[in-house]
Amino acid sequence: MAETLAPRAAPAAGARARTRWQMLAPRIRRHKGLMVGLAIVVLLVVIAVFRDYVAPQNPIKIDVTAALQGPEPGHWFGTDQYGRDVFSRVVHGASISLTVGAIAVVIAATVGTAVGLVAGYYGRGVDALIMRIIDVLLAFPGILLALGIVSVLGPSLQNLMIAVGISGIPFYARLVRGTVLVAKEQLYVEAARVIGVPIPVLLVRHLLPNIVAPIIIAATLGMGITILQAAGLSFVGLGSQPPTPEWGRMLTEGRDYLRDAWWISTFPGIAIMITVFGVNLLGDGLRDVLDPRLRI
Amino acid sequence: MIRYISARLLATVPVVFGVTIAVFSMLYLIPGDPVKMMLSEFQTSPEQIARMRAQLHLNDPFFVQYGRFVWNGLHGNLGTSIRDDRPVTQEIFEVLPQTVQLAVAALALSSLLGMALGILAALRQNSWVDIGAMTLATLGISMPSFWLGLILILIFSLRLELLPAAGGGDLPHLIMPAVALGLGAAAIIARLTRSSMLDILRTEFVTTARAKGLTGRTVVLRHALLNALIPTITIFGLQFGTLLTGTVFIETVFGRPGLGRLAIQAILNKDFPLVQGSVLIFALGYVVVNLLVDIVYAVVDPRIRYQ
Repeated sequence: MAETLAPRAAPAAGARARTRWQMLAPRIRRHKGLMVGLAIVVLLVVIAVFRDYVAPQNPIKIDVTAALQGPEPGHWFGTDQYGRDVFSRVVHGASISLTVGAIAVVIAATVGTAVGLVAGYYGRGVDALIMRIIDVLLAFPGILLALGIVSVLGPSLQNLMIAVGISGIPFYARLVRGTVLVAKEQLYVEAARVIGVPIPVLLVRHLLPNIVAPIIIAATLGMGITILQAAGLSFVGLGSQPPTPEWGRMLTEGRDYLRDAWWISTFPGIAIMITVFGVNLLGDGLRDVLDPRLRI
Repeated sequence: MIRYISARLLATVPVVFGVTIAVFSMLYLIPGDPVKMMLSEFQTSPEQIARMRAQLHLNDPFFVQYGRFVWNGLHGNLGTSIRDDRPVTQEIFEVLPQTVQLAVAALALSSLLGMALGILAALRQNSWVDIGAMTLATLGISMPSFWLGLILILIFSLRLELLPAAGGGDLPHLIMPAVALGLGAAAIIARLTRSSMLDILRTEFVTTARAKGLTGRTVVLRHALLNALIPTITIFGLQFGTLLTGTVFIETVFGRPGLGRLAIQAILNKDFPLVQGSVLIFALGYVVVNLLVDIVYAVVDPRIRYQ
């Protein structure tokens, strides 16, 4: 019986997936903001991956004879106080910022989703305990939780990712818990429970795929905030350390030369803004397409 | 109303308790010996380390230390700064007014600008005004406040020489930091106000007001606007918290004395009592502001009280 059913189940699932994609594809294509955001993000990823070809100059090589030169052919974004090519540093910085943002979001979304799934599904005492802890963590506004964690772990790029990632966990946990509370009352969850699907399998294979849309939306929008927070912490000296070409760090390094060499701080700032702008447009677009009810 | 306020106050108690536990536990979460980490930049003998451990009461059990932390905190004693050898509360309360002043100025600016932009965009939905305002808002959200601060210094201090680049105290020193800090929040408030205004403009009571023959201005100002602003109030608490901690970056850019800069300096100096004190005051300030916002929300919208 199972053998005869199995071959039929696979194409049915594939057909369902195709139908969902076929439904979404025209909406995605029609959404101008989403397409612009996607183009910016794809371009940035390409630049980050092929950084050695886009900017062949060594981003950390010091050449004091070329210090503080303005934008010109050969040094499109000028040079900094150590004669390093600002364009190369900005291009190489793309891979650092995107990696930091992605890893921090993955930490926050994965742990937050797991916590939210458990709290929402089990309810009662487990939920009450987890949510009280989440409430306490949410009492630390904005960057403060990340700041506290960096102060404990010590300033470094790796600790920065961990700190920003952990500080995002409460947000995802609360979001997922709320979604699970609604989803677990659905008939398919009850059916899975009745036929004896183990709870971890039920949570991961049945519940999770049905609540993934808000998580994707939140993660995309959260990536912009994460990149800003990471750059900010590096700016105040709590993230990447010299000579890493990290955008936030570059802003600090150019600060003392603002009067005579505006380009050192200006271009990394524009790079941060374009990246976050692209990610935000993509996130807003995905929200409109996947869940138009959430639109603001 | 008193019942609502009492319930809300009561709900705050476990959060405050949790915040104090979290802040106190920071010392325990440091990998290795916290005293060695704090004194890593000094030449210290084992006796000095032992004396420091005794001074911080680190040899006592966790809950005894925590109890002392809370008891002393309630009496205005958050310990002594390792660097300056001064009471932490004294250091914090010397600079706190500057931070509150900056956050309030940024909130006022962002509310006025955000609401104006949001209302304008909603009234001209799908026009160029709407698209322009919302693109501007998305750009505003994407712009790092500390970078905007640097650009403002470059233009208004170094080039035009109109405003002072660094320091604090008077109004000229407040303008650029408040603008740099407030623009991001203005963008968020603009988006929320627009969406809330659009929802209200579609309600039946607005249609009724229009059907009665009222002018567009009366419908917007007397019927739609106040109702549309109610959801915006909830975001004030959230935004105030973000602005409060945003001062960490802005005070660093503008060399402005304040709690944010104090916290960063304390972290860089590994001055842990000062780090704990600053983080605690930031978090408690946020809890209090959210409590006040919830109460104001219930006053403005009576439906909240009965939920």
